[in-house]
Parts: sequence; structure tokens; C-alpha cells
Amino acid sequence: MSDLLELAEAVASRARPGEEVEAYVARGHETEIRVFEGEIESLSSATTSGIGIRVLVGGDGAGSRLGFAWAGSLDPDVVSATLEEARDNAAFATPDPEVDFARFDGVAPVALDLWDPELTDTPTDRKVSMALELERRVRAGDRRIRQVASADYGDDRVEVALASSVGLRAEMCRTSAVVSVSAIAGEGPDSQTGTGFSAARGPGGLDLDAAVNDALTRSTRLLGAVKPRSGRVTVVFDPRVTSSLLAIVASALSGEAVVKGRSFFAERLGEVVATPEVTLVDDPTDRRALSAATHDAEGLACRRNVLIEGGRLRGFVYDTVSANRAGTTSTGSAVRGGYAGTPGAGCRAVVLNPGELDGDGVLAAVGEGLYVQSVSGLHSGVSPVSGDFSVGAEGLMIRGGALAEPVREMTIASTLQRMLQSVVCVGGDLEWLPGIAAGQTLAVGDMQLSGR
Amino acid sequence: MVRTAGPECAALRCSTRRRSKDQRSPRYATTCMVESPLIEPPVLERVLRVALARGGDMAEVFAEDRQSSSALLDDRRIEELASGRERGAGIRVVVGETTGFAHTADLSEPGLLAAAEAAASVAREGGGGVRTVALSPRRSRPARQFRLPSTVAKAEKLELLARADDAARSSGGAITQVQVGYADSFRRILIASSDGVLAEDEQVRTRLGVSCVANGDTGMQTGYETLARTEGFEVFDRVDVEELARVAARRALTKLAARPAPTGELPVVLAHGSGGILFHEACGHGLEADHIVKDASVYVGQIGKQVASPLVTLVDDGTVTGEWGNFAVDDEGHPASRNVLIDHGVLTDYLWDWLRARKEGRRSSGNGRRQSYQHLPMVRMTNTFLLAGEDDPEEIIAQTPRGVYVAKLGGGQVNTTTGDFVFGTSEAYLIEDGRVTEPLRDANLIGNGPEILRRIDALGTDFEMTPGTCGKDGQSVPVGCGQATLRLTGITIGGTSG
Repeated sequence: MSDLLELAEAVASRARPGEEVEAYVARGHETEIRVFEGEIESLSSATTSGIGIRVLVGGDGAGSRLGFAWAGSLDPDVVSATLEEARDNAAFATPDPEVDFARFDGVAPVALDLWDPELTDTPTDRKVSMALELERRVRAGDRRIRQVASADYGDDRVEVALASSVGLRAEMCRTSAVVSVSAIAGEGPDSQTGTGFSAARGPGGLDLDAAVNDALTRSTRLLGAVKPRSGRVTVVFDPRVTSSLLAIVASALSGEAVVKGRSFFAERLGEVVATPEVTLVDDPTDRRALSAATHDAEGLACRRNVLIEGGRLRGFVYDTVSANRAGTTSTGSAVRGGYAGTPGAGCRAVVLNPGELDGDGVLAAVGEGLYVQSVSGLHSGVSPVSGDFSVGAEGLMIRGGALAEPVREMTIASTLQRMLQSVVCVGGDLEWLPGIAAGQTLAVGDMQLSGR
Repeated sequence: MVRTAGPECAALRCSTRRRSKDQRSPRYATTCMVESPLIEPPVLERVLRVALARGGDMAEVFAEDRQSSSALLDDRRIEELASGRERGAGIRVVVGETTGFAHTADLSEPGLLAAAEAAASVAREGGGGVRTVALSPRRSRPARQFRLPSTVAKAEKLELLARADDAARSSGGAITQVQVGYADSFRRILIASSDGVLAEDEQVRTRLGVSCVANGDTGMQTGYETLARTEGFEVFDRVDVEELARVAARRALTKLAARPAPTGELPVVLAHGSGGILFHEACGHGLEADHIVKDASVYVGQIGKQVASPLVTLVDDGTVTGEWGNFAVDDEGHPASRNVLIDHGVLTDYLWDWLRARKEGRRSSGNGRRQSYQHLPMVRMTNTFLLAGEDDPEEIIAQTPRGVYVAKLGGGQVNTTTGDFVFGTSEAYLIEDGRVTEPLRDANLIGNGPEILRRIDALGTDFEMTPGTCGKDGQSVPVGCGQATLRLTGITIGGTSG
């Protein structure tokens, strides 16, 4: 048993009669390296740890009250003060019969090895040289590269333990490493940017070639981009953009959003919400997903949940409280933003069932349209409540089934509801990306392009 | 860890629309300034000495103690009352162009010394020798009067939430969901550097936001409104939370009847206090010296040149008391200051932190900020605003035959290298024949910074500031934005109506 689980259990065991206590303890080690012009620009290394404590004060028929407190320290005095504070906070919550901690539901966690020991064994010098190599290769990769604004290596190891007085306990640890490089290509007065990256569980899994090529291709192919004419178009999304879009769709599939009337999917269970090409699954037990996990943020085993099957809405993801409100059971989908956050329902590893065609195949199948390399303003122009969708975009026109002239300073708009009903092709080029959704090429018909 | 192409500014969702409820001026105890420093000066001197033991040009200790509390009322219930405490120190050592950084939650001398040694590991040459560091307090914070949120009874905070919830729900039967969030933080910081800087600051921030969902024949729509101030709980003596909640509810209700936004280029009138985010994105980020020194901004080499309409005088000012981006000293120990960036359309200066200013042999402009002790400082905006003009706001609308009137903006995002930026509307209307008419559904607008700044042809007298959260390279900091009603002769609107 790790020292973290020991601490979590010790805190949980301090529950008084009439109350339940849950402790979530996390520790992270992080290395971040940025290089510029052949030198280390910054090198940071640090360990952080903290605890989040929830106290549930037993109900008097009206329900239970929940209080929460957290601290960025595992010092015994601080932990005691945090427990007291959580207790005090509980007194002010509205009594609620549906508020509860997770109880073991008989589902055993899938064994996953998410820890790459190579990460700790790799000396810092080796990590620095990866970042330097990335920068050097991008600068030398194309005569049009004017600048490499940043080349980064970063990794972290996270250990988490959870214990509650109702008998749940869980431990998890994982590592991750990423390199990223941001290139500026220039020709005459024109400058364009492109970012390449690679992510894996450890430094050995990083693909520098892919990151270099991505940065070069993405920055140089946009040179000479102009503002296109407005019109209705079929849009082909780059895998990275698809991943961002799926993350927003996933947020509307959170049972919490649904029970609170904040999702356009509410009350549509069983209905056709997308074209038959669309099968969407949240599967944190898929070891290929960088966000794979054995346990959810309440300590239940993660599991595979089918959300949309052949275009039909099949289910939502729930944590304990949202499941109680919806009259169902948790799907093992509690997520939280570290020790300073409380659990909510959310997806971890969303993926579309891959189609037959690779990226080029999708372009060929679409024939004429717009290829979107990157979008901006996802947070300001997309709503998982109304479904309204409007984002800035840059990319290339698709002509004769292939990429043609670059375009920029335009928006594409629709609604998420209509986009799901207009999916014409899901690519088979599945890419596991950081974040909660995998990437793959995705073609969506009938979107409004706004430009000249 | 995957970073967006450009700085991304989330949810400038706030307005400081106020209604004076009570004219008496309440008295609050001056906060207690006799508290001992986060780290004693002799310890700081020893830690800085160790940080420079292997060589290096500068070493700095940034210590922070942050207490925060938050409360969430959702779905008619007080769902969560949370308290948080975080304290620690970040130590950086600068050697030539290289910065080493380490942080620790352990503020004891051994904890700090370990972090100092880790940060110093970038200094490889050794032979730094013994360097004496002498600290002399350069400034102390003026005592301010505020009502520390930690001294306010929890029940009093929750009462605000309940009042806001009631007000929003009474705004109309179509309001189907209301969320009210409250948060406060009290942040003590201490900065000591081998340059002799020893500065302390105390920052109190209070925030309350209301988010509503309205449901109608055409589906659901959302509306929100937020108050966020760098002051204590006394802010609620002046601000009517019920009115704030009604504004949020009205926004959601109005959009139920909204038609899709237009497409293509149209004139746009931005209401005063609609967000001011236009300047934050169109040029603010592009004027941050870290982008400039890397030649990653469209504003490189533009000092002294006309970069905007002559109506534009843009200021970044961390000293504006009470605004969301206000502080006494920045996170590198330099005093906040007022910096004119664009004067009547002519670019006069960039924004600087210590590191980038040193490269150019000049002083920091007081714009070195960081999210917490766990982060390196970088160049950030504070309160960024356009000085008011001379036009009558009503006239600006009346003299616009056709266009879009934006009453409230959401967030925005910019690619500083290309200058392309977006910003989203959260309350907008059509302008037809010089009159504000039908409401429009939310959409992003897209433009290129240097082009759009030249297209401002009318600027009102009705200045207003709004708060927001600015995200850059994974770090979030509170900022203010401000502007008067203004008109852009044309910008691309990302609607769906062809």
C-alpha cells in the first residue's frame, strides 16, 4: 500500500458517527523544458501534492449535506484543518436525498499499466537534447521556416489514492510525456504558424519525426492563405480538430448536464441524433488512450460506455450523484480537476468507431469542400447547451478530391445537432491524442462558411 | 499540455454594472499588516545565496499564501461550499538566456534551500562563488480598507446566492435552470531577488456569476453575467446581485427569439462594457514583449508607426483600484504602472516583464505575472482599455444603416504571429435603418488585428470596464478590459444565415 493510500485511509477513518468522509490524495512530479535558439530557455522541475476532503453529514430524512475543502499540502496539521473545514462547510449545504458517496458496485477494475519507468530513468540532459533536436530539425527542415517560437519537452508522473469511510479505496498512477514545437513559416510579408507534437506514456514512445513533419507541413502549407468567399460547404476536420469537437459533444453527454437541463441531448435517449456512420464510445479501459484510467474520481472501476450507436443515442455517463438524480446507477464516470476539485460526471476517452478510409481517402470521397486544419474560439462560439456552433478556422480548400489553395480569416458555423446529422464520413486514421477524445478525420456536410 | 495556437481568453463574462443601494460609506477595519512575512529576510538572503552558488545573473524567491472559498448554488440547491489553502514558493535562477525554476510547498529553510539547489542546476559552469545578497524593503503596500471574505459568515455568502437564484427564476417562466457561483480569494505574496528587491502585496478578489438556461420552442439558450472585483466583500454593499441575476436571465430569454446571425462582412457597433476584449485580442497579446523578442507578433518593428485609427488610445494600467486586473506590485516585485501602448493610433510601447526588459536594457513595465508560485512569470496584461471618445453612443447606432449591435461579448482568441483573432458574442442584435432590432444567436467574429484597428470610425463617451480571465501558455490570470461604444466599419460575422 502506498503512503498516499495510507494517508487517505487514515483521514477516512476519522469519520464521526453520523458522517462519512472521503479523502482524495494526489502527488505529481513534473519536468518542463523549453528551448530557444539552441539554448535552454527554461527548465522547471517540481513536486506538488495535495488533498481534497469531502464530508457527508447524515440526513434526518431530508437527505445529506456535503462539504468540501482542499489544501496544497500533506502536512498533518494542514490535513486536520482541511477536514475540519470540510465538516464546517457541510453544515451549510442544502440537505439532499440524492447526495452520496460512491459504493462498491461489484465491477472489478481492468488491469492497466499506465506507468512507464523509463520516464524516471531518463536523465534531464536527454530530455533537453530531445527539445533541442526538435528545434534544430524544424529550423533546418524548410528554407521558409523563419522562426521556431518554442520547442518544449514536458513530462509528469501522477499518483492518486482515494479512500472513503463507506469502504471504497483505490490507487492509480500514470506517467505521460509530450514534445511540442511551434513553427513560424514566412514568405515575403506573409507569416503562418503550425504546431507539431507527440505524446506518449514515456519519452521512448515520443515520435520526433511526426512532430517535426507536422510543424513543417502545417506552417508552410498555409503560406499565401487568403480569405475565401462565403458559401455552404462540406467541411473535413483535421484529426486534432475532431478531437476538440468530440470533447464538446462529450460534455453534452454528461449525465450531470442532462439531469440539470443543460444539454441538447436531454430527453432524446433512444432517438436518432446522428447519421448511421456515428458510433461514439467512451472507453477509459482502452490502454491505447493516453487518458486511460482504472478508476474514476470516486473510486469506482472505469468501464466502456456506449453513447451513440449507429446514429442512435444510447446513453449518458454518470457519477454517483447525477445517477441518483436520474434514477440510474453510476457508469464509473466521475472526473475531477485534481485535489482542488469535486467529482462531476464526464467522459475520459471518447472515440468514434473508425471508418474504412484514411485521411486522403476522405478528401477524395468528399471531392469539393474545405479542409480545416485548426479552429479558434471554441470556448466563445460553441455551446453544449444550445448546440450553437461558430468558430474561426484556417485550412485549405478541397478541389478534385485533394488539398488545394490555403485559406484563413473565416468562420464556419452550424449547430452541433445539425453537424451530427450531417456526418458524411468518419476516417479510419485514428490518432490517440492528449485530452479526453481521440482524433480522426471527420467530414461534415452543409456548413456555413463566412468569409468575403 | 497541448497548447492552443495562441493565447486564449476565456469568458470575459463580467460586467461591473452597479446600482447604488446604499449611500452610507461603510467602515471596515484596516487589514492587519502586522502579520509576520511569509519568509523572514535573513532566510531569504541565505536561500538566494545558495541559488547563486553555482553562478547566475539573478535569483528570485516568490512566496505565496492563498486562501480561497467558493460556493455553488445549482438546480435550486446549495451544492457545494468549498475552502482551499495553498502556500509555497517558486525559486528561479537566471543564467544568461537560461532560467532554472523549482517550486516547493515547504516554506521551511531546508525546503527552500532544496528548491534553490534544484533551480540552480541550470548553472553548470560553477564558480559562481559566494555572493552576498542584501535585501532592503523597497516598498510596502499601502494599507487598504476592505472586508476580508474570510471574516464574513458563510451564511451571509449563501444568502447572496439564494437572492440571485430567486431573482433569475422570477424573470420569466421560460428560465429552466440557474447556477450561481461565488468565489473569493485572499493572496499574500512576497518577492525577494538578488537585485535587492523585497516586496510584498496582499490581493483580495471577490466574484459572483449567474448563468441561466431558458427553454423555448427553438431549444435552449443561455445567458450569464458576472461581477468580479479586486476588493473584499464590501463590494456587495454597492452591487445589486438581484439586478445582476436579472441581466443574466434577460439575456437567455432574449435569445429564445433570436434568429441566426448573418454571414460575411458587416459594420459592427460594440456597446460600452460589451467586453473590451476586441483590444485584448486584436493587439494586447501582440504587444507582449515575449512575442516581440521572438519575432512572433505582427507588431514587431511598428513602434512610432500608425497601427490603428487615430481614435485609438490604448492603455494598460494595473493601478486602477478595484478592477479585476489590479495589484500593487506584480509577481516580480515591480510596482504596477500605467502604460500608454497606442497614442492616437501610433504605437508607443510594448508590455514588459523583467526578463524581456533586461534583454532590451530597459525597466519592467510592471507586467510580470504568474498564476501561482508553481509557475514562472511571463508578460501579461493587467487592465487594458481604450480611452473614451467624443461621439454620442446613440448617434453611432443611428448613423449605422445596417449592421450588428453587440451588447455583450464572450471570450476571444488570437494568433499573435498572423494577427488573426476571434471574439464571440453573447448578446447581439441586428441594426436596421439605424435602429437596434432583432436579437441574434451567438456567433464568433473574425478579423486581423492591424486591419481591424484601422476600421474604428466612431468612438463614444460612455466608457465602461469589464473583468475577464486571460489564459496564456497554460496560465490563467485575472484581467480587466474597457472601452466605450465604438463602431467597426466592417468585420466578418460567423453566422449561418446566408
